[in-house]
Amino acid sequence: MSSSIEFWQYLTGHFNYIVVITLMMTGLYIVISTGNLVKKLVGLGVFQTAVFQLYITMGKVSGGQPPILEGVHESASGEAVATTIAEHGEAAVVAATEHGEQAVLATVSMAKTMDEVLVGGVLYSNPLPHVLILTAIVVGVATLSVGLALVVRIREAYGTIEEDELQEANYQHAKGALS
Amino acid sequence: MSALIASDLLALLPAWVLLHAAVLLVVTPLLSGPIALLLSRGRLAWAWALGISIITFALSLVLYAQVMEHGSVMYVFGNWAPPVGITYNIDALNILILLIVAGMGVLSLINGLPSVMQEIEPKDQAPFFAAFMLCLAGLMGVAITGDAFNVFVFLEISSISTYILVAMGGRQDRRALTSSFNYLILGTIGATFFVIGLGLVYMATGTLNMADITIQLQGQSDSRVVRAGFAFIVIGLGLKTAMFPLHTWLPGAYSYAPTMVGTFLASTATKVAFYAMVRFIFGVFSAGEPFDGALLELVLAPMAVAAMIICSVQALYQTDLRKLLAYSSVAQLGYMLLGLSMGTAAGLSAGLLHLFNHALMKGALFMGIGIFALCYGVRRVPDLAGLGKTMPVTAAAFTVSGLSLIGMPLTAGFVSKYYLIIAALERGWWWAVAAILASSVLAIFYVWKMVEMMYLHEAPKAKSRARKTHAKVPLLALIPLLILAVANVWFFFDASLPKGLTDAAAAALLGGGAS
Repeated sequence: MSSSIEFWQYLTGHFNYIVVITLMMTGLYIVISTGNLVKKLVGLGVFQTAVFQLYITMGKVSGGQPPILEGVHESASGEAVATTIAEHGEAAVVAATEHGEQAVLATVSMAKTMDEVLVGGVLYSNPLPHVLILTAIVVGVATLSVGLALVVRIREAYGTIEEDELQEANYQHAKGALS
Repeated sequence: MSALIASDLLALLPAWVLLHAAVLLVVTPLLSGPIALLLSRGRLAWAWALGISIITFALSLVLYAQVMEHGSVMYVFGNWAPPVGITYNIDALNILILLIVAGMGVLSLINGLPSVMQEIEPKDQAPFFAAFMLCLAGLMGVAITGDAFNVFVFLEISSISTYILVAMGGRQDRRALTSSFNYLILGTIGATFFVIGLGLVYMATGTLNMADITIQLQGQSDSRVVRAGFAFIVIGLGLKTAMFPLHTWLPGAYSYAPTMVGTFLASTATKVAFYAMVRFIFGVFSAGEPFDGALLELVLAPMAVAAMIICSVQALYQTDLRKLLAYSSVAQLGYMLLGLSMGTAAGLSAGLLHLFNHALMKGALFMGIGIFALCYGVRRVPDLAGLGKTMPVTAAAFTVSGLSLIGMPLTAGFVSKYYLIIAALERGWWWAVAAILASSVLAIFYVWKMVEMMYLHEAPKAKSRARKTHAKVPLLALIPLLILAVANVWFFFDASLPKGLTDAAAAALLGGGAS
């Protein structure tokens, strides 16, 4: 009995990761198995999106707030000083910069552990993985658009976008060149 | 003496160049790409690209002088201290790669003008050079950065522009399009694997700075997350490097791309990915390799040997000249991987030296074929017949580089193979020595196939050989080829420049971490 409860706890606790792995393998399988070039790109998209979810999942802290700093003290000189407690409150990190937001980003990413990021007594989610994935999404969009443009050109040059027909056409071309 | 000249020259430059050389090296080509797009005429865009790539090469020389002086250079962005901010780190290992990429960028641009004018439609010429500049910036970025996620971004900048460049060969041969698509699919899978691995490593360490990852990983080398991350990173970079069973995209991409792209990619793209692999295996994960050397000995070494033998045999059976050289490239990557997989300073140094020499020889061979194609439309081995007489200078330079590919004494290829064999003997890997020799014998056969056709066969009658637009060899195309051919001989007699760098790099990587 207890083992099945543990199993369910494990499943629900890792729900996001299970989804991520399922999507990842589905995407990779589509890329490999299908012969249609557009469907290959769709599979590639699913594969990449799964990775985005992996990053977003690991940045999420349960009960964590969006990383917006509350309680920044404006000093007389206009410099914002953020006093933060990182790494389970053991070490206090004081970062003084010109802009309050930058101070938060700096101190949050300075925290060495993923599980808890405490800034000024409030629990925050780690924003860095989300920022990274914004970059990766842009890269994914660029790849997809280049891929689709290539598919258009292939359709113009060969009259088909099915991989086996393309291979056949290339093979016939090579045979023609030899004879 | 050369150090004295270098420091004199450095003193002439304004201080901001010296201070920001590292970031200018990447930013200059990156920003010049869109500007090249605005230049309407192809020759103008070419002149712009050439000017920028010469500046890039000069900047990498400045960095070389700085590395020689200080040992390593670190550039910190916006004064954010390293674990938080992004850094560029330049040491003996990546200055070698930067010099190769920037140098080959200049040489392939000079060599490529006539062939680009012939192969690419006038309206596509400016975008072509724009994509080339982005590719150069991406490759530079991968080599220079000290931030692991930056590696991914730059890898994709260079890869996406490479897909475009390869597809531009579609005007000549429509197979360039399918090759480019194939490369896009596999390249993206490789990059995504790399990001997955990086994500897992980030979970375990909470940092993306390479030096900091090394520190955070200490004592975690048996963690399953770290192991999975390491495996993903090696496979991802292996795809980009064209490591043996993952190399299927390479022959098509190199042989159907425009001539200039083939020249540039063959001498730089896989080298940069190989550098990233060296950096991750020995630099980032140096604090206890997650698989205790089993990965190197049981996975990479057998794959390296398989590449050396199987792809050399495949090269032997090719009739398309550029496909022959492309398969030979995969085989030569096997030598570099073999050096890496030995896991010793001597082996790694020899592998990196071979990387340098291979850039010289493959660059020259692709340039030679480019010139043959330009003047006589040569694409296949039988087309070479009689060219030893009709184009003596090009044929001679081509032959010298071919001998270097075999590893004949008096050429640079001999030096790196010699060091590789010494390193294998030190490690006690007799089978590796046998594989190196067997692969070299195969190289003799496939190089001989071309040389024999050039010198021992009569040229066909003038009618059957359609001359293309260029009756004479354009001097512009010939000069870079001669420079590389001379370099192939020069680095046999004086290999101190690359050998010094590779020894220092191997010692730094294997003698106590990346710091």
